Amino acid sequence: MSVKYLKETASQTAGPYVHIGLAPHQAGFDIFQNNFDNNLVGATTRGAQIIIEGRVYDGSGSLVRDALIEAWQANADGRYNHPGDRQKTGSVDPNFRGWGRACTDFETGIYRFYTVKPGCVTGRSGKVQAPHISLWIVARGINMGLNTRIYFADEEKANESDPILRGIELKKRRDTLIAQPSQKDGKTVYTFDIVLQGENETVFFDV
Amino acid sequence: MNDLVSHAPPAFLKEGANPYPELYRRDYAAQSPAYTPIYKTSVLRSPSNALLSIDHTVSETTGPMFGHNELGLLDNDLIMNYAKDGEAIGPRIIVHGYVLDENGRGLPNTLVEFWQANAGGRYRHKNDTYLAPIDPNFGGCGRTLTDENGYYYFRTIRPGAYPWRNYVNSWRPAHIHFSLFGNAFAQRLITQMYFEGDPLIKVCPIIKTIPDEEAVNRLIAPLDLNASVPDDTMAYRFDMVLRGRRSTLFENRLEGN
Repeated sequence: MSVKYLKETASQTAGPYVHIGLAPHQAGFDIFQNNFDNNLVGATTRGAQIIIEGRVYDGSGSLVRDALIEAWQANADGRYNHPGDRQKTGSVDPNFRGWGRACTDFETGIYRFYTVKPGCVTGRSGKVQAPHISLWIVARGINMGLNTRIYFADEEKANESDPILRGIELKKRRDTLIAQPSQKDGKTVYTFDIVLQGENETVFFDV
Repeated sequence: MNDLVSHAPPAFLKEGANPYPELYRRDYAAQSPAYTPIYKTSVLRSPSNALLSIDHTVSETTGPMFGHNELGLLDNDLIMNYAKDGEAIGPRIIVHGYVLDENGRGLPNTLVEFWQANAGGRYRHKNDTYLAPIDPNFGGCGRTLTDENGYYYFRTIRPGAYPWRNYVNSWRPAHIHFSLFGNAFAQRLITQMYFEGDPLIKVCPIIKTIPDEEAVNRLIAPLDLNASVPDDTMAYRFDMVLRGRRSTLFENRLEGN
């Protein structure tokens, strides 16, 4: 006899037509009044607005143009808009859910998120985690969604003491999680490319 | 799923404890590996490094929440939600069931999204070029929130099988795609539901990526005549399970509580 638990449902690929269900505009039609998209920011969201953009590459270095990426992040105070966040500092921003979804473009392969830069988040045993955005990537050919994190190159000091970055032995691999900032048209853009396989393969997590 | 024991700890032990503790480790024995040559597209899209296991923090144990005000009244009715000058064509079906966690508890108020081909096996998608016709009255997607017990339902037409380029003459069994959130980003899951009795299930390379026969069987929805609407709509039952959370009988020092 063993203790009885249900088993997690088997994941299956999102397939080439994931856009129909999750981003119908990209599939080429309009059906819902309210669409979930890649803009996480409302008119009164607190914090420094940023753009995340990048491309997804497969093991041959080719662009993955049919991927869907979701972002989940804390607000500028480092707080998540969820009752399971019991940090004592900062406050929830009612105008920031902290979640969005983006698709890589069928032509250019570029994805983009419009968001705010998250604050530091308290992790296990009170250890501070550097500002980061959790990503979940699905596409045709990906049997189970891939989890990774974006960190920010201009948070060098916080990154150095981040418990998860420190857990990645090779610096070269750690660097795959660091987004590089630049200025475009007066806006701060962080570039974060995702490499599914091969040299410079992004670090993916078993969460 | 009816002989479940709830593993919820007694309420008096949980006072002050985080109601959203960390999740059970994922059981990969019942999940497809990333690299599955039988499904050819996975060959170049599968990481070759091992996934890095991380202890859960608040970043993994929380996730986005959605409200009824974000959904439209017809979002869970695929027969009507894209109807232009008539209703969608095909066998009318209801799909219903529970979204549970591994402890057997229903996950309330969680977003469930679904999408599918039309009755002829054609998707309303700019990249689908299969010769079967588009149904002008069928969009092929919908969404709903589970109720307080984790129950969901929607109405649609039964999708058709269609060919795809894996092997020459590969056909996907009729299926509906599901996207689930649970209440933690680490529970996020996409899967596919198949229909009882479909002979294409046994020869589908995408299904064959799953190494566990029982796990495959759980993706096959049985006909549920009792839930049918007589003279109108057949029904299929499909329960889905997301990762469970640990009990917090004695709290670890976790998120700096």
